[in-house]
Amino acid sequence: MYCLLGVVMLIRGFTDAIMMRVQQAVAVNAPGFLPPEHYDQIFSAHGAIMIFFGAMPLVIGLMNFVLPLQLGVRDVAFPTFNSVGFWLTAAGALLINVSLVVGEFARTGWLPYAPLSETTYSPGVGVDYYLWSIQISGIGTLISGINLTTTILKMRAPGMGYMRMPMFAWTALGANLLIVAAFPVLTATLAMLTLDRYLDFHFFTNDAGGNMMLFMDLIWIWGHPEVYILILPAFGIFSEVIATFSGKPLFGYRSMVAATMFITLVAFMVWLHHFFTMGAGPAVNAFFGISTSIIAVGTGVKMYNWLFTMYGGRIRFATPMLWSLGFMVTWIIGGMTGVLLAVPPADFVLHNSLFLVAHFHNTIVPGTVFAVFAGITFWFPKAFGFTLDERWGKIAFWLSITGFMVVFVPMYILGFEGMTRRLQHVNIPEWRPNLLVMAGGVGIMILGVVAQVTQLVVSIRNRKALQDMTGDPWDGRSLEWSTSSPPPVFNFAVLPDVHGEEAYWGIKQRAIEAQQLPEQPDYQPIEMPLNSSTGFFAAFFSFFTGFALVWHIWWLVILTLAGAYALFVIFAWRQHDEYEISANEVARLDQRRREARQAWLDRREQAA
Amino acid sequence: MTTLSQPLPSDHSANASRKDPYALGHHGRSKYGRSEATGHGEGGPASKRIIVAYGFWIFLLSDIIMFSAFFAAYAVLGGNNAGGPSGANLFDQRRVAIETVVLLLSSYTAGIASIAASRANMIRTQAWMLVTGVLGVVFLVLEVQEFAELVAEGAGPHRSAFLSAFFALVGCHGLHVACGVLWLGTMMAQFAAHGFKANVMRRFNCFNLFWHALDIVWVGVFTIVYLMGAG
Amino acid sequence: MSQHDNVPDHDTGDLAPGEEQAGHEAAPGAKGYTIGLALALLLTATSFWIAGSEVIWAPGIPAALLALAVAQMGIHLAFFLHITTGPDNTNNVLALAFGVLIVLLVIGGTIWIIGHLNHNMMPMDQMMQRM
Repeated sequence: MYCLLGVVMLIRGFTDAIMMRVQQAVAVNAPGFLPPEHYDQIFSAHGAIMIFFGAMPLVIGLMNFVLPLQLGVRDVAFPTFNSVGFWLTAAGALLINVSLVVGEFARTGWLPYAPLSETTYSPGVGVDYYLWSIQISGIGTLISGINLTTTILKMRAPGMGYMRMPMFAWTALGANLLIVAAFPVLTATLAMLTLDRYLDFHFFTNDAGGNMMLFMDLIWIWGHPEVYILILPAFGIFSEVIATFSGKPLFGYRSMVAATMFITLVAFMVWLHHFFTMGAGPAVNAFFGISTSIIAVGTGVKMYNWLFTMYGGRIRFATPMLWSLGFMVTWIIGGMTGVLLAVPPADFVLHNSLFLVAHFHNTIVPGTVFAVFAGITFWFPKAFGFTLDERWGKIAFWLSITGFMVVFVPMYILGFEGMTRRLQHVNIPEWRPNLLVMAGGVGIMILGVVAQVTQLVVSIRNRKALQDMTGDPWDGRSLEWSTSSPPPVFNFAVLPDVHGEEAYWGIKQRAIEAQQLPEQPDYQPIEMPLNSSTGFFAAFFSFFTGFALVWHIWWLVILTLAGAYALFVIFAWRQHDEYEISANEVARLDQRRREARQAWLDRREQAA
Repeated sequence: MTTLSQPLPSDHSANASRKDPYALGHHGRSKYGRSEATGHGEGGPASKRIIVAYGFWIFLLSDIIMFSAFFAAYAVLGGNNAGGPSGANLFDQRRVAIETVVLLLSSYTAGIASIAASRANMIRTQAWMLVTGVLGVVFLVLEVQEFAELVAEGAGPHRSAFLSAFFALVGCHGLHVACGVLWLGTMMAQFAAHGFKANVMRRFNCFNLFWHALDIVWVGVFTIVYLMGAG
Repeated sequence: MSQHDNVPDHDTGDLAPGEEQAGHEAAPGAKGYTIGLALALLLTATSFWIAGSEVIWAPGIPAALLALAVAQMGIHLAFFLHITTGPDNTNNVLALAFGVLIVLLVIGGTIWIIGHLNHNMMPMDQMMQRM
């Protein structure tokens, strides 16, 4: 559900981007077709939607699906709580979409800097829509962070110590620790802005002693870890994909773990590089410039490990691997421009130019977006029982990466030439050719999106032919590939006993050597959590609370808050939260899986 | 699912007996051996009791980080009086001292209640919970009184950034205490209705963690806001 | 070979936060809480006294108050929350340490940064006062 939400909002955010590129291409010494009040809302919505409702749900959705399977357990730590977290995110997304129709959106950019976002300069409902939709979904994200951190640290199959977890689990741990640490600061800071706007507080106002620079400081304490929340799971996905499609274990597991934890910690020590130009002076700027340069080392270690993983392996260029290779080639540029921007004097020239915009798109798109596409293609058969069409996947990849380069390489050039970000119209005709090229690039990316959709449609149509017969279509190495596709509701009939890293690879090799499956286990009845509508109702109440707060409908606020509290008490009172699956049923489902695996073994032996 | 004919090199089934429980690092295992601990070791998933408590512990840490953002704002804005009253003019140290002792006592009584609950003694549990709740309410009444007086004399949050930060930080803590009191009432009702069942005890453990953490935050509040802010 | 099916009720070598561990407590049961209360009251009284009187050199008072506050938080953690250095508490201590680190970075970092910014950028109200 997270992934579905993410894909829908990704398309909405992309539509905003198309409008921006077209506007800038035509509005050279001309007004264009989007007046400033409208254009400002579009770039603000583009950023907010892409980050909060596009990238985050996609990444969190993949972690939710894959982690229990990779860790060899039945479910996450807090299943109903998890559902509440998703539905709160969905409520936030609904609220931000409603702002398109009823009222207006913020015009402040994707982070509502004070004092522009105060009531003096933004008197309408736009910033309020932003505040409440982000606050509600922020609580949902925090819930997810708590849930997944606890799952990774306390729930793993027997034998799976920390140093035997798959790399994706380690990066997910890093990301979720960052969520737990950073999102409370976002909640607090947006709450302060809300208090300023609603109750005449003076945290960030011009008068009565407010300090606008405090807003920048606090919001980027959240903002920088946020981008690492987006990229760490992406790195984990690439580790899984590259190892699988090179036919080799991941090179340098321990150094990867160390690099991941290093990045997680240092992510909290670099935030000032987002406002070098605000005037903190050389001592402060130097410290954060150095720390920002140092954090690149962690990613460098990862890059080399991926390269060494591929070296000497038998590489299969399936779609997930293409996305990964495309990432490695393009992301390097984004990373290096980041190190360039980490040098404060350089940043003084390039801050808020299109160079910066190109840098962060160059890291998020090849990083998170490509990873999500790789991950979705990689784990789609596990979730749905059939693989995606390879041909259309490759077409989508080539169109997307080409379109991406055609948009963002000219953007770097324009940044060097001095073009700033968020321009509604452009007064320098020399910039026109690059702007036109960028608009063309967006057209190519649109074709890429079309190809992705076509891939899905074609795959569904051909699902019988594309069916995943064994549950292990890619010759996988980690535990999720030992289940059937899709896995039964309880994931594993018996929790696996893990020996060594790459839990599943060892089991598979031993089965192939012995030409037989492991012994049939003694099936026990299994308890699974009951479904609950709590999450859906939580979203219902929170959406209307948010809407009522935006429009100052106080009676509705009280009503919905009372409803939410009542819901909470009802939920807290339930005494039956699990149901049992009988041992016979478990045995029946597992038999099917074992038969499919035995058939695969037999086929393999015949082919050999 | 896995019967092995021969052991793997990484799997030594030597007895993982504890040597020195206070040795740092690789306790609980032999030289090549596995840590037999559940949860953080290789013993498999932890029990529900631990999972729930640990998840709540992580939430508490995130809550404390949220408080730290308000503390940071207070630290920075604490001197911005905008020509209005400062802490020295406004704070009643006697009331703060009473609030502090009341909250500390309530933490103590909550702890005694948890001991009574672990011994399944209904009367003592409910009695000590009631005392805790009363102390919590006293704290809240005192705090609301203080806020009302400040607003009445024109020193509300709209007056200056210092007062905004003060009301937000102390008010946020007060809101948490209020939610804690509501939670306490709910726990008393659940004990009465369901006794000391496992799921009720898990929730009660979380309540205790919450209530003690609130007192820890208050230590920070009374030190940084009231004692330092008064001059 | 293991037959673990569901999440077990027993644990080995792992403790929930807030749980007392036999043999590792400074003082078990109600005695522990009482000692903790007494120590915390003592530290609180000391803090109020230091803030109100001339006993400590004035510029040193904030540091003294901070030290007393940290000590009292430690008393709470040890006696009320039972967070000890026992091997079964490792996860809980690590999580706490991570939280404390972030708190120090947020508060310390903000004070350092805003201090420098204020010094260089002179907030609006001071400018208005000069006009």
